[in-house]
Amino acid sequence: MASHAPTPGEPSPSALSSPAAGWQGIAGDWASDKDAFKQVPWGKAMMWIFLLSDTFVFTCFLTGYMSVRISTTVPWPNPSEVFALTIGGTEIPLILIAIMTFVLISSSGTMAMAVNFAYRRDRRRTAALMLATAAFGLTFVGMQAFEWSKLIAEGVRPWANPMGAAQFGASFFMITGFHGLHVSIGVLYLSIVALKVLRGDYERAGNYQIVEIAGLYWHFVDLVWVFIFAFFYLW
Amino acid sequence: MAYAEQAETALLHEPKSFLTRYIWSQDHKVIAIQYSLTAIFVGLIALVLSALMRMQIGFPGSLEFMDASTYYQAMTMHGMIMVIYLLTALFLGGFGNYLIPLMVGSRDMVFPYVNMLSYWFYLLSVIVLLASFFVPGGPTGAGWTLYPPQAITQGSPGTEWGIVLMLVSLAIFIVAATMGGLNYVTTVLQARTHGMTLLRMPLSVWGIFMASILALLAFPALFVSAVMMLFDKLLGTSFFMPAIISMGQALDHQGGSPILFQHLFWFFGHPEVYIVALPAFGLVSDLISTHARKNIFGYRMMVWAIVAIGVLSFVVWAHHMYVSGMNPYFGFFFATTTLVIAVPTALKVYNWVLTLWRGDIHLTVPMLFALAFIVTFLVGGLTGLFLGNVIVDIPLSDTYFVVAHFHMVMGVAPILVVFGAIYHWFPKITGRLLDDRLGKLHFWITFLGTYAIYFPMHYLGFLGMPRRYYAYENYAFIPQSAQDLNAFITVAALIVGVSQLLFLFNLFWSAFRGKPAGSNPWGATSLEWQTPDTPPVHGNWGAKLPVVHRWAYDYSVPGIEQDFVPQTVSDEELGRMRRRAGETQRADAKP
Repeated sequence: MASHAPTPGEPSPSALSSPAAGWQGIAGDWASDKDAFKQVPWGKAMMWIFLLSDTFVFTCFLTGYMSVRISTTVPWPNPSEVFALTIGGTEIPLILIAIMTFVLISSSGTMAMAVNFAYRRDRRRTAALMLATAAFGLTFVGMQAFEWSKLIAEGVRPWANPMGAAQFGASFFMITGFHGLHVSIGVLYLSIVALKVLRGDYERAGNYQIVEIAGLYWHFVDLVWVFIFAFFYLW
Repeated sequence: MAYAEQAETALLHEPKSFLTRYIWSQDHKVIAIQYSLTAIFVGLIALVLSALMRMQIGFPGSLEFMDASTYYQAMTMHGMIMVIYLLTALFLGGFGNYLIPLMVGSRDMVFPYVNMLSYWFYLLSVIVLLASFFVPGGPTGAGWTLYPPQAITQGSPGTEWGIVLMLVSLAIFIVAATMGGLNYVTTVLQARTHGMTLLRMPLSVWGIFMASILALLAFPALFVSAVMMLFDKLLGTSFFMPAIISMGQALDHQGGSPILFQHLFWFFGHPEVYIVALPAFGLVSDLISTHARKNIFGYRMMVWAIVAIGVLSFVVWAHHMYVSGMNPYFGFFFATTTLVIAVPTALKVYNWVLTLWRGDIHLTVPMLFALAFIVTFLVGGLTGLFLGNVIVDIPLSDTYFVVAHFHMVMGVAPILVVFGAIYHWFPKITGRLLDDRLGKLHFWITFLGTYAIYFPMHYLGFLGMPRRYYAYENYAFIPQSAQDLNAFITVAALIVGVSQLLFLFNLFWSAFRGKPAGSNPWGATSLEWQTPDTPPVHGNWGAKLPVVHRWAYDYSVPGIEQDFVPQTVSDEELGRMRRRAGETQRADAKP
């Protein structure tokens, strides 16, 4: 497992050795030999490309949801009423979702700190912050489970919905389910990487990039949630 | 997980036993062969299905077991297998796996383990798909486009289990294609050898690279529509199901949008055409250049055309839906983009022809297939212009003209490239040449046979003969002569189908008994022909990675003895070759 940096003094047979200015320079750098993205390890490049592909999955889910929301003939329930909780006698709209969103965004913060400590080779703090991130993720999934069971208790099903359009239940369970699956996989992934950090696997390999790669995935899952929040709960 | 820089000397994952070498192999070459053999196997099943359908159309009632349901099931499985499980898998999983690491000078794909998983998921998807032949009700007969509501409403064949297995199989296939595609794209971007700049890559790599990107961005739409339709079928949701009365009973669905499925499906479906076509474009460019002993004409234009086609392929999907009832203004937009995409495509055809112009054309079997591809693709492309225009498309929609068009352009044309490419690269894979006489016989029967099949279909389409009908008797608007033409087409189709046995025989016979090929039988320049061993061993390059000094198309270079300069030859080395040739020339001139 050598480091990624190209060996110094390597003869460069590239045709594009003389640097060009402006767009030509960018194109030249990108098209030059060995790697298009310099200093980017294979795993990180692959994660970025995967996330691009996954973006299309979520985009299709959200587009499908918006499309059926328009096509259905039955009125759509008002999300701020459906997702309201009665706390201390007052009904607060979207309160649970607000807390969930806050938790998930916070987890992005702890994740970013974990990446920082990973590059400083601070094993203990990296692992602790990653486990904190995973714990935030678990909290999120837990609150989602609460939200699901509340809706199910109110009679919302994928195929039916006492409050209006059946597609509301179908889209809700499908999209939040698919996102929750992503969060759950992320929790597992982060926990495994955190344990390997603690065990010193990456210290021996001299390479903590996997923490950043896991972080990329985690930030993506958070970002997707922002869009689900905007399009499903706020619309 | 290994994300190290390309190992210069050490080989990763050296196989230790028969199992890890040939079955659970992480070597891209073995995975490529596994992918190819599986794809050819399912392709043969689809070929048999098409023969059964043709028997029913050409000679109605000649097959006892053939009723309308069986016919639709055969038609659906034929289409889906050919497009997804044969062509996509063969081009990306087969040729992509074999050629990318060899052509860019890499030891393997960047993540060999993920690459291996990709094959096993593909195999699983094939098994799930084929399982649908054995479940109650049989496979789905919804047509390969699987349009709801009919795909999941009682009355269509295979609505109990067939459609579920089909959708699950597609989802598994998409997981496999994603794992493979991530590897292909990352390998091309990040694991090229010294000197292999993007604009020195052979066009084969460019075509497969762009097709892999399309696959990564288009398959999500199919994945999502498969998930949503599974929910409609199994959970009773109404994503795609409007309020509907079926067999006298109102179904439990309301408010869904069948046209949403069509949009999602074709947002995948049209890029899918180019997922199949772009690798074919790339491979055929290399075949033509090598066998015409001439550099490819307009290399940079060819690259940009591949990129432009890839980008444009995402904004043309609704030209499959002119008669779907979508807003007619969409037709205007999508007809325009469809005609725009013809520009880079036509540019490629011109460049192939200009590459041939005044070339030293060797009519080898791969070259014959390549030439046949140009002609066939031209025919299919021109009929595409008919169908891309809304007003011409509407009367031709759902007739045999459409069948002829897409079989020419994305059935026969890519398959001709597959054959040509197999004849071309077989010597590298096995170390032996395929038999030339059998190859030529196979070529002429296939080439002329496919024209005998599909040319008359254009005419049938003009007559208004609708596609996807089980029987054509007693329709006033279809003349009797159409039946004679159909019988002729069926005979031609059976001959072409049976003649593929020649190819299979050639494949297996030549693998063991063929003429030894040497390392570079065609005198080709690209890296895969410069490996130290033929067939290449695990790790591809022996102790040191190759260094690339030039593009892949230095054919008929003046002033040297051999008529090609491999990519690994440096300018100093080329100078020495020139001087050597000069000396021999002077020596020849002396007496």
